[in-house]
Amino acid sequence: MSLLSVDELTVTFTGRGTRDVNAVSGVSFSVDEGQVVGLVGESGCGKSVTSLALMGLLPKRGVRVGGRALFRTKGGGSTDLLTLGRSALRDLRGPQLAMIFQDPLSSLNPVVPIGVQVTEILARHRGMRGKAARDQAAHLLERVGIPDPTRRLREYPHQLSGGMRQRALIAMAVACAPRLLIADEPTTALDVTIQAQILELLKELVDDQGTALLMITHDLGVVAGLCDDVNVLYAGKVVEAAGRRPLFAAPAHPYAHGLLGSIPRLDSPRGEPLNPIRGSINDTIAWGDGCAFAPRCDFYTLACLEGAPALADLPGAEPAAHLVRCVNPVLNEAPGAGDADDAGADTESDTTKEASA
Amino acid sequence: MLRLIVRRLLQLIPTLLGLTVLLFLWIHRLPGGPASALLGERATEADRRQMEEALGLDQPMWVQYGRWMERLVQLDLGNSVRTGQPVWEEFTLRFPATVELAVTGILIAVVVGIPLGYFAARRRGGWLDVTAVSASLVGVCIPVFFLAFLLRAVFAVNLGWLPSVGRQSTGIDATEVTGFFVLDGILTGEFDASWDALEHLILPGVALASIPLAVVVRITRASVLDVLGEDYVRTAESKGLKQRVVRGRHVMRNALLPVITTVGLLTGSLLSGAVLTESVFSFNGIGSFIRTAIDIRDYPVLMGFILFIAVIYVVINLLVDLAYSLIDPRVRVN
Amino acid sequence: MTTNLTTSKADKIDRLAELTARRETASGGSLWVEALRRLRSSKMALIGGGVMAVFIVLAVIGPWIAPHDPTAQLWRDEVRVNQSIFVGPRGDNWLGLDHLGRDQLSRMLVGARQTLLVGVVATLLGFVVGVLIGGLSGAALAFGGKAGRRVDTVLMRVIDMALALPSLLLAVSIAAVLGQSLTTVMIAVGVVQIPIFARLLRGSMLAQASADYVLAARALGVRRRRIVLGHVLPNSLGPVIVQTTLALATAIIEAAALSYLGLGNPDAAQPEWGVMLAQAQRFFDQAPMMAVYPALGIIITALGFTLLGEAMREALDPKLRS
Repeated sequence: MSLLSVDELTVTFTGRGTRDVNAVSGVSFSVDEGQVVGLVGESGCGKSVTSLALMGLLPKRGVRVGGRALFRTKGGGSTDLLTLGRSALRDLRGPQLAMIFQDPLSSLNPVVPIGVQVTEILARHRGMRGKAARDQAAHLLERVGIPDPTRRLREYPHQLSGGMRQRALIAMAVACAPRLLIADEPTTALDVTIQAQILELLKELVDDQGTALLMITHDLGVVAGLCDDVNVLYAGKVVEAAGRRPLFAAPAHPYAHGLLGSIPRLDSPRGEPLNPIRGSINDTIAWGDGCAFAPRCDFYTLACLEGAPALADLPGAEPAAHLVRCVNPVLNEAPGAGDADDAGADTESDTTKEASA
Repeated sequence: MLRLIVRRLLQLIPTLLGLTVLLFLWIHRLPGGPASALLGERATEADRRQMEEALGLDQPMWVQYGRWMERLVQLDLGNSVRTGQPVWEEFTLRFPATVELAVTGILIAVVVGIPLGYFAARRRGGWLDVTAVSASLVGVCIPVFFLAFLLRAVFAVNLGWLPSVGRQSTGIDATEVTGFFVLDGILTGEFDASWDALEHLILPGVALASIPLAVVVRITRASVLDVLGEDYVRTAESKGLKQRVVRGRHVMRNALLPVITTVGLLTGSLLSGAVLTESVFSFNGIGSFIRTAIDIRDYPVLMGFILFIAVIYVVINLLVDLAYSLIDPRVRVN
Repeated sequence: MTTNLTTSKADKIDRLAELTARRETASGGSLWVEALRRLRSSKMALIGGGVMAVFIVLAVIGPWIAPHDPTAQLWRDEVRVNQSIFVGPRGDNWLGLDHLGRDQLSRMLVGARQTLLVGVVATLLGFVVGVLIGGLSGAALAFGGKAGRRVDTVLMRVIDMALALPSLLLAVSIAAVLGQSLTTVMIAVGVVQIPIFARLLRGSMLAQASADYVLAARALGVRRRRIVLGHVLPNSLGPVIVQTTLALATAIIEAAALSYLGLGNPDAAQPEWGVMLAQAQRFFDQAPMMAVYPALGIIITALGFTLLGEAMREALDPKLRS
């Protein structure tokens, strides 16, 4: 069994007086130790809601969560994160599960020194106090690459640069060596050069500690450089799930195909038009009526309106290696004029653009 | 920090100077002219002549203003028309009573208002929230003096639970040290006198607290709602911290910032509230004194009070700003 | 069978096209239209607006439907103040008599008009002068360069001075100069509102002035006058309009306080709730209801305005829009 296996996760927002909104409708995936799994999609596809649901950080009221998220405990048994009681969840967050957020400035408390924000987690889960906690905090800051850590501990978030703040947030997240780390767009708010450094740091942490990393992003460059497995989300459902290489080599779902095709390439001829996916995530139909992507799809057929397609093996692929939710998948064709092999080979975060239109 | 204080104090000077100019002009606009206004109706012709001499009414305006200011900085606010005593002495005599009452009012507003606002925000839309918000809306709409009469009629006159007049029961033989009766009782060990003084403070204190309380509840509630939606609270939750730590260190420390500013701004309404409530309870503080001064047009007293209040208001808001900069590091930097 | 299937599919495609097209028009809609829609669905606004409507109708028709002459001491000999004999509600006088033997109900009905008048005139005064000062100050600071900054500093110093005084005290000092009359109360209460309106409009204009569309307009060479009057000012008025509603409530309460301090309208021929309440306080222990009627009138009216103002504030708050 994997460290975390999410099974048919659904999240529904039930506002008073308004129609229920299915933010996540039946998402399944799993993450194992030392593995980096990507959840990819444009904003509004449900990826952040998925991460918050796993952490138990969604508001209690107006939200209905269904499905299972089994987390293997240290003893070898498993516990469902979605039904866990509040205090049990609090014990898990920090030493077992931790999360890194998107906007480092707003995610840090502006009126509490960095040091306190790091030591409070050590005090809570490790019982460390006073000098021991401060030393450990300084050590953590040093490990995530913050110079002069003892001075930084006394400073406030507004005194740090954007990259430093994200490093500080990562230091807090890894303070108790969690077994699963969820990173929700950890580099979106940062400069491109800093992005690469932060990704490098996350990679090191995974390699050194065998931490499982769930990487939530819309940036295909991040996926290409970091993830072992990739799940592409659209309108609350996984539309394609595969290893990094097969996905980049032959994206089968028209959405994933479009995402990769919309990346401008340095070697494309000058003046060649960009190749975006038309419409926006608002142009959708309910999954019950057919494929939610159909209104934006270049390949849709009438069959696309016969209820939600199932997530099934891609014809020709090994069983369970490459799943796609499409009745008319794109076969054996690399997106754009792309060369399959080098597309996924290295970090290209500086040449990629936000995939969504 | 010291530089901040000095800079803020220097900023106060033009405001206060401007205020004295306005006050000076105000005195000259009073019906009957400044001399008779400052002396009252019963003054003799000789008195009036003497006052005109003292004010230098035959001199140009700026000389008059200079003379007047010279006396002001020596704390010479003139004499009360009614009592004939120096206004400054009348104030210092009654000051402790009003401070005691104002502190009671602020304490009630803060001690009740902040938790109420907090829990209303935690359970938004729940019965406590709806009750607190409705009560605070009604609270600002009740004329303060009417509430004072109502409280006195119900709790003092009809139910007899609390005293209806004064600062102290007759028959209590308390030693006066500072003039703050509650404090005096504690200092001299006469705890029954403290208790008695406290009982006298409750009803006027509640009446006085009504508007500040309503405001504090609503500001706290709005502020907590804002902060609960902040990313850093989610971060704190994601660290698995105890609820107590999340609430105290991460929610309240941020949510209280606007509340502190508001409490500072409320001092003004608190002191004018004292003018409306003290007389209802025959509470012998500055408020009742001013109430009578308004009745008989005791202008030196009114003038002194306006200056007095303005100074207190700016000083308290200076203190609030300093407290704010102690809590919020973002302000401290420049 | 096949035809059936295809028509249903055609329907679906039509629906699909429709869905895709509708998205273009569904969003949009101006801020004010949106705010009005939210206001209409707000329970608070409904109650507040209802109270306000009833109050205004009473203020208009009050003098005609009053059963008795509100100023005539028709039952003077039935009330004996020094023996604590007061007359409560009865068939002829639904709300009883006041301390001079006048019909309370008639006084309440006629008084509604005076009370509304005080509130409206005072608020109007505060609004007009406040908007002038605040608008000038905001425009000068945002678009007037160095000289403008100086204008703003001077104006705001004066406004801050006025804010440093408790409003009641400011009103009392004005009343002291002007003497005791209804006009005095209106002016005193109105002047107190000026700094609030001025500060509010200035702040709101400054926020607008730093918006991107203003920058764009300036870059395009649109004249400053036009930017201020055509864009910044209209877009800044939201909070000021909300404040107007809230100020009506404050004005009515402040007017009552001034009356209590003996600065209200001395003219017995013009009953006003604040004055009625102030006079009734003297007999509070013997005849509390005499004070309760005008007090309730003031509280309910002020509450109505406050509820409407709060609902408007919520409707206009971009943070609450979803």
